[in-house]
Amino acid sequence: MASRLGVDIGGTFTDVVLEHKGVLTSTKVLTTYAAPENAIIEGMAEVVAKAGVGPDVITQIIHGTTLATNALIERRGAKTALITTKGFRDVIELRTESRFEQYDLNLVLPQPLLPRNRRYVVEERMDARGQALIPLDRTAVERLVDELAEAGYESVAVGLLHSYANDAHERMIGEVLAERMAGAFVSLSSDVSPQMREYERFNTTIANAYIKPLMKSYLGRLKARLAGAGADCPVFLMHSGGGIMSLENAAEYPVRLVESGPAGGAIFAADIAARHGLDKVLSFDMGGTTAKICLIKDRTPKTARTFEVARSYRFKKGSGMPISIPVIDMVEIGAGGGSLAHVDAMRQIRVGPESAGSEPGPACYGRGGERPAVTDADLMLGRLDAENFAGGSIALFPDRSEAAFVAEIGGALGMGVEEAAFGVSEVVDETMANAARVHAVENGEDLSEYTMIAFGGAAPLHAARLCEKLGISRCLVPQGAGVGSAIGFLKAPFSFEANRSVFMAMDGFDADAVAALFREMEEEATVFVRGCDATATILTEHKVYMRYAGQGWEIPVEIPPEEAAKPDPASLLARFEAAYEALFGRIVEGQAAEVTVWSVNAFTEPARVEPVAEVADGGNAEAEATRNLFDPASAAYAEAAVVSRDALAPGRKAAGPAVITERETTIIVPGRAVARAAADGTIILEMKEGRADG
Amino acid sequence: MADASRVAYQVMWNRLISIVEEQAQALVRTAFSTSVREAGDLSAGVYNAKGEMLAQAVTGTPGHVNAMADAVGHMIRRFGRQAMFEGDVYITNDPWEGTGHKHDITIVTPVFRGGALIGFFACTAHITDIGGRGFGADANDVHEEGLAIPTMKFAERGAVDKSLLAIIRANVREPDQLVGDIFALETCNEIGRRRLIEMMDEFSLDTLEGVSDFILTHSREATLGRINALEHGSAEGHMRIDGYSEPIDLRVRLTIETDRILSDFTGTSPVDRKGINVPLVYTKAYACYALKCALAPDIPNNAASLAPFEVTAPEGCILNALPPAPVALRHVIGHMIPDTVFGALDQLVPDLVPAEGAGSLCNFQVSLRPARGADLGTDGRRAEVLTFNSGGGGARPSVDGLNATAFPSGVMTMPVEATEQVGPVIIWRKELRNGSGGAGRTRGGLGQHMVVGAWEGHEFDISAMLDRVDHPARGRNGGQAGAPTVVTRSDGVTMRGKGKHLVGEGLRVAMDFPGGAGYGPASERKRAAVLRDLAEEKIAPEEAVRDYGLSEADIADALERARRGEIF
Repeated sequence: MASRLGVDIGGTFTDVVLEHKGVLTSTKVLTTYAAPENAIIEGMAEVVAKAGVGPDVITQIIHGTTLATNALIERRGAKTALITTKGFRDVIELRTESRFEQYDLNLVLPQPLLPRNRRYVVEERMDARGQALIPLDRTAVERLVDELAEAGYESVAVGLLHSYANDAHERMIGEVLAERMAGAFVSLSSDVSPQMREYERFNTTIANAYIKPLMKSYLGRLKARLAGAGADCPVFLMHSGGGIMSLENAAEYPVRLVESGPAGGAIFAADIAARHGLDKVLSFDMGGTTAKICLIKDRTPKTARTFEVARSYRFKKGSGMPISIPVIDMVEIGAGGGSLAHVDAMRQIRVGPESAGSEPGPACYGRGGERPAVTDADLMLGRLDAENFAGGSIALFPDRSEAAFVAEIGGALGMGVEEAAFGVSEVVDETMANAARVHAVENGEDLSEYTMIAFGGAAPLHAARLCEKLGISRCLVPQGAGVGSAIGFLKAPFSFEANRSVFMAMDGFDADAVAALFREMEEEATVFVRGCDATATILTEHKVYMRYAGQGWEIPVEIPPEEAAKPDPASLLARFEAAYEALFGRIVEGQAAEVTVWSVNAFTEPARVEPVAEVADGGNAEAEATRNLFDPASAAYAEAAVVSRDALAPGRKAAGPAVITERETTIIVPGRAVARAAADGTIILEMKEGRADG
Repeated sequence: MADASRVAYQVMWNRLISIVEEQAQALVRTAFSTSVREAGDLSAGVYNAKGEMLAQAVTGTPGHVNAMADAVGHMIRRFGRQAMFEGDVYITNDPWEGTGHKHDITIVTPVFRGGALIGFFACTAHITDIGGRGFGADANDVHEEGLAIPTMKFAERGAVDKSLLAIIRANVREPDQLVGDIFALETCNEIGRRRLIEMMDEFSLDTLEGVSDFILTHSREATLGRINALEHGSAEGHMRIDGYSEPIDLRVRLTIETDRILSDFTGTSPVDRKGINVPLVYTKAYACYALKCALAPDIPNNAASLAPFEVTAPEGCILNALPPAPVALRHVIGHMIPDTVFGALDQLVPDLVPAEGAGSLCNFQVSLRPARGADLGTDGRRAEVLTFNSGGGGARPSVDGLNATAFPSGVMTMPVEATEQVGPVIIWRKELRNGSGGAGRTRGGLGQHMVVGAWEGHEFDISAMLDRVDHPARGRNGGQAGAPTVVTRSDGVTMRGKGKHLVGEGLRVAMDFPGGAGYGPASERKRAAVLRDLAEEKIAPEEAVRDYGLSEADIADALERARRGEIF
């Protein structure tokens, strides 16, 4: 059996997980910013030593990283030029011409990735049908390319209007760049993101060009260092869509690596869902500064075609930059253990998105933090043990938390410390619950049919309350949750999704053209996947995005492979109407429908998962101690059993109110819930009643 | 433990805001109207049993801020609570009882619990067509502007009024779309209603009185706190704009008193013959929006936070037009209200408000068709294309104005690639207009250039709705004016900012949208900012010399570094 290594470079820690003979061994080492590969080598050495093997047993390394995202946020990319259509130099600066915060008179919009003097134009024009209105003059391109070469650009993005419909002009520019500026990195918009909507496509292409030199150099170094350290095996990269791609493709399309860490988390949750036979799962990942929520249906995380990176204004929609690539659809909220609380002008408690970070950290860390954070509320409410936080490695100071609550909240609102802490906890939980509800509604889902899977340091502290608020009756807290993304990498299939913008009205449906389009996209996507694995069975999923003519919002409609080979407009329309009705409650009579985007995802067949065996009831686990735990639903303290997670052998139970302690986090079991350990060590919380509140 | 209900009420307030945002999202996704789906021209809110608004979604249009807040009151007055039943749905597009023109449809749904009326949901959307002359300023009275739907029941006890639907269908150009939009509005209220009932179950509430009192009390106190922190005083603001056929004077007297701020628009020009007149509800919305942005931006909109901002205007002036005045394009004038109010507020609270900006959106609509006599075969197409675009924002006291960004409207532009999918239109240019931002310590935002034409063999009419041709944005505290609007046809003919013009085959229209004005003396602008503007061609070398006193040598050096792609 192959031994594989999963590596996730995060902002603070680099997580490394070795899967050897079916056994997982993991470690966390500090991320080494200057040369991220150093942390990987160190972590790899640790896990192989722990497992008692040498690095040469590793046959495959799967890697995900925030480096691409960070380079975009911190603007650490290469000297990059844009070549675009004359008359459209400012597409990435004009954005949507709107303000994402309507009541801030001093609003500042984020700077475009490239300043105006790095944006160049050529005379040319395609129309919406892909016909050339103005041909492109090759000699003019040559002159421009010579100018760029002289100015010393390392990377060039090419984004021309309507190139998703006809890429001839972009390809000509690509050829000239290859001839006359051989050392430069080139990214064509028709290649990186062939989708309609110029702002998204140009920005995605520029982002790709901007981080390409950096990522290519990093990936090359990494491969060499790993080989030098004894792991001379193929290295693959996790992409934002939740699959794995080859190192070579990652170097070519590094923008697809953005958000690969969180994608790993969603895949981790999807794998747990599969093992436990759960078809509808809400994954809830809460760390120090943000919480991420993802819907997982039929063991597959929900995906989208576009998302926003580098939000500059309180995580507000519209304050970042759009990236249109296949991505796992996650809602990110500025709510984590370090999120700070304050009282606003309406005398209401607000929490986040400002975070105490790790320095100074929450007030209870005693490192100078004076404002109360969510972690302080968790400490005050008995969820955390001051003596035993992070396995006892970090001492907590409850008096500092108390002082912070009095100073920031209690004084202003005339509340005692407990009520203030309760308020902070309720507000942050409500904020997350609202985000989850809205996300569910947007997807036409009813969360009361869902099971939650909670991971990340702060999630198990808040998961039960979130379930109560959302009417969810069961929550799973898996093992290895602290390195969930890296484990997720090991569970991901090889995959690649191809997208095309081609408009087609249902009354002018051309079945032959559609079949040909699907074949072409299958071929493209399959070649990518075949490059990763020469023998595996490759499956394909077909999706189209449809709307009623006149609408601006498309909904995804799945098509089975046999129908993609023989497209049928009547059946497609019926599928669209069923999907529309599921989302919006009714279809619109008399309105024509149309397809805007076509998509084919090719992926290797996922390994069959072993279902987690049922275990017999092993009775209640022994409590180590008791402590006072606040219950938000009844707004009162109750005595809770303190149970070590190690004491919860498969089948053992802990009836709420209880706290289940482990090194990395603490699981809160409210009074109306029972926790039991499954055969794989997952803790399952069963909420006796769905919703309850006070 | 103290009374837990304070925490619970706070949770409920958050929940109500989330519910109305959700309600608005549902509408954006299901609406057909371009202005709703692409531009966010919609509104959604929840009300208590008295008809007081408790929460409103923050959407693309401040124009609905108080207008929709008043709509529920009109419904209660018209029907009486005793004639409101479970399953009812109310409708109106009355400009004076809704949101200012017939193209906005407002739907109100009462919420019952245990048989008692406990509150309402309302939502409003700008729809594409309501019949009549079509969307434009050309009507002579409101009756020409399309179908009137008086405040009435769309459904009673769950049964939709089929006669009303038949009348609506018979009077508009795209009946399926409009009926689809009305049902989308109804659905979005229903989503809100269900979520509200769930919340009331969760917290075991029979009525909204407690939470309503909590929200309104805290909002009132916070708003009054802001107002009472200001010195009492009174000042006048005045702005002259192009208008339709003759210039219009907008005048306001702003008075800050204990517990209220009064905006009195006495002295403003009388109603116009064309459809740019503004019902008072819409004047209130924009006056109030301007003051809230400046003085209480963080306090959510509801009955109590809006009440202290009082607005009056004499009947018959263009900001308090009465029926049957035509009002379809009330936004063209309405969007100029904030700059007028800021002119007065600046005298009372210095260093707070921006210089004047483009103000109204730079929208235009084109009606394309095959040119007469052109033989296009199957390539000949007809289409109506409406685009939303913006000029430059006014410079702020400490930061430059926003380039080509809507203010006070919050709507979004459409991608050119999407616009060109709609019909045989070609947008040849859409980019920043160099040198159009007024010079100052902080610079006005740049306007933009747009050039529009048609496919070969096609001609079109263009209906422009552009102001600031003769009255560009004025600078503040020594800042200079922004560039005016210029509209020219490619055969050299200069065109008016408003009204319909024919553009023959092969011709194009170039529109230069206005820039925002500058703030403070240009001589005080930071050198680094001037060099960056120069490198990015946002100002021309001549301006760098004339306005900012840069030397020829500095300019040559900056331009050479810019050419090498250096970042400034």
